[in-house]
Amino acid sequence: MGEKVLITGNEAIGEAAIRAGCRFFFGYPITPQNKIPEYLSYRLPQVGGCFVQAESEIAAIYMVFGAAGAGARVLTSSSGPGISLKQEGISYISAAELPCVIVNVMRGGPGLGGILPSQSDYFQATKGGGHGDYHLLVLAPSTVQETVNLVMDAFDLADKYCNPVMVLADGYIGQMMEPVEFKEKPPKELPTKDWAVTGAKNRPRNLIKSLYLDPEELEQHNLKLHRKYLEMAKNDVRVETYLTDDAEIIIAAYGTVARIAKTAIKILREKGIKVGMVRPITVFPFPYETFAKISEKVDNILVVEMSLGQMIEDVKLGVCGRAKVHFYGRVGGMVPTYDEIVREIEKIKRGQV
Amino acid sequence: MVGKIVIDKELCKGCALCVSACPQKLIVVAEEINSKGYHPAEFVDSKGVCTGCTLCALMCPEVAIEVFREEKT
Amino acid sequence: MMKVVFERPKSMFPVPTHYCPGCGHGIVHRLLAEVIDEFGIRERVIGVAPVGCAVLIYNYINCDMYEAAHGRAPAIATGCKRVHPDLILFTYQGDGDLASIGTAEIIHAANRGENITVLFLNNAIYGMTGGQMAPTTILGQRTTTCPLGRSPKRDGYPIRIAEMLATLEGATYIARVAVHNPRAIIAAKKALKKAFEFQINGLGFSLVEFLSPCPTGWGMPPAEATKWVEENMIPTFPLGEFKVPKSEKG
Repeated sequence: MGEKVLITGNEAIGEAAIRAGCRFFFGYPITPQNKIPEYLSYRLPQVGGCFVQAESEIAAIYMVFGAAGAGARVLTSSSGPGISLKQEGISYISAAELPCVIVNVMRGGPGLGGILPSQSDYFQATKGGGHGDYHLLVLAPSTVQETVNLVMDAFDLADKYCNPVMVLADGYIGQMMEPVEFKEKPPKELPTKDWAVTGAKNRPRNLIKSLYLDPEELEQHNLKLHRKYLEMAKNDVRVETYLTDDAEIIIAAYGTVARIAKTAIKILREKGIKVGMVRPITVFPFPYETFAKISEKVDNILVVEMSLGQMIEDVKLGVCGRAKVHFYGRVGGMVPTYDEIVREIEKIKRGQV
Repeated sequence: MVGKIVIDKELCKGCALCVSACPQKLIVVAEEINSKGYHPAEFVDSKGVCTGCTLCALMCPEVAIEVFREEKT
Repeated sequence: MMKVVFERPKSMFPVPTHYCPGCGHGIVHRLLAEVIDEFGIRERVIGVAPVGCAVLIYNYINCDMYEAAHGRAPAIATGCKRVHPDLILFTYQGDGDLASIGTAEIIHAANRGENITVLFLNNAIYGMTGGQMAPTTILGQRTTTCPLGRSPKRDGYPIRIAEMLATLEGATYIARVAVHNPRAIIAAKKALKKAFEFQINGLGFSLVEFLSPCPTGWGMPPAEATKWVEENMIPTFPLGEFKVPKSEKG
């Protein structure tokens, strides 16, 4: 039984990283995740770790590259515009096969956008963002407790795959306070980091690189990365199915929106409409199979996002025409209310869409 | 001779900076070409006046020159 | 009995380089390898390679190395040094890498006093990409992106990195040297050795700027290029030590 504390999501992210053995953070202030660097700036020295406020998000991601290449567990965090700045570095980290955890506390975009929550960075997180054929393993928590669990898992997954892992949260999760338990995790069996640069003593020197001028070599390297992503899809898909067994209509949602959807589902069931939810927890690898199976049982799926429709494309890929896929979204920092979701489902039920 | 140099003909790119560096003008650019097509530098010290000063090797960007000097007994 | 008085340093792989004939990189790589050998630190050294002609420096220097993104080497070195404070970190960067895209990273690494050594190779041009103007291109110098010669009105002035960084309190040792003749090369090695010594003793951030010929980029044979360093670069970029640790000052 771990200790329970009332804590903001941002601070919880910082503490979870420390509990996972992370001792290095490099980041830059940006709303709505400032409490992450602030918290770690005093907490990391307490545990003998190192905190650097970098001169920019670009510098920060390359400090992550350096620390990860040196064999350390390392975290960076930011929000939309800052994550955009990090994209080149993320591509480099993926190409060099380095483990690290990147937290995106999503805010309204595009451009400078707003500081209230959104889910408008789904494409950026799951479809690339940076250049080249690479993917991040992306975890999308829904509650502050789940954020803690997923941040801790993220470090293990990053080490397991030698790949960056993104935790895709939003400003709500970042700034709300909820009771959280920091459970002790049994240490995992993970591959040793004998590729790390630690000084070439008693071994041939190590190179952390991503340049392969020979096209055959580069193709092989890309295929190696690709095989990793196939492994992820085979072994590490996470999804929650909620009241789907008898559902006639399914809601697809992730993160904060999924919590709101749960309330909507309760209301709808009281009204006699059997609604269930598929909540992807890994948005890469995406639970296509879950959607494939469920779309054989229902005729209508409503995707709800704090965007103008990004996850819906993956839902449609999984559904593959077997059911009708509808969309409801709010953007700019506006959040869908459970009333609005109830209304949309009722519209579908009445056959009005 | 007090000193002598050995030039690796295959590493040399014929930049001739050693030619300018040698205070006694003991290095010339060869007539022959190496496998890369460069005219490598050539040590010509018929009178045995090289002092092993290493100025040529200091200048060489290819680390193509080894310098030897007589041990003082 | 003849004994060897000059040979390839052990930390350098015995391979031909891809650099042009008369390029300064070969000389600076050798000085770096000599210093690593002389301090006996090859197994404790981690290098960070740039994007530029020297992107393949790891093919020539035998130590653990990162390949950095353009301009970001000081940030990568920061990340590594914070994890391994007892290892010796160097970055090796050209004028595009350090003085253009990487200006924020170099200033802030120096400002934070990161205990690393930066080798800055200034040849007043972008070599690898075919000879474009660099922030260090001197007034009147012709390059592929200032074919009529650099003009202050259109292109601004050359940046003096050594002087600029020397204004930062966090910087410990800042020097500018040249590699266009043996005398200059001997002085260059002294400065580089000092820089590494300061890092080994934990004194903070050091940078040595090497004025270097780029015969291909400048469109002249190697001997002429070394003259060009003397006659054109040194007046714009004076040699000297711009910052030394307090313990060195008189």
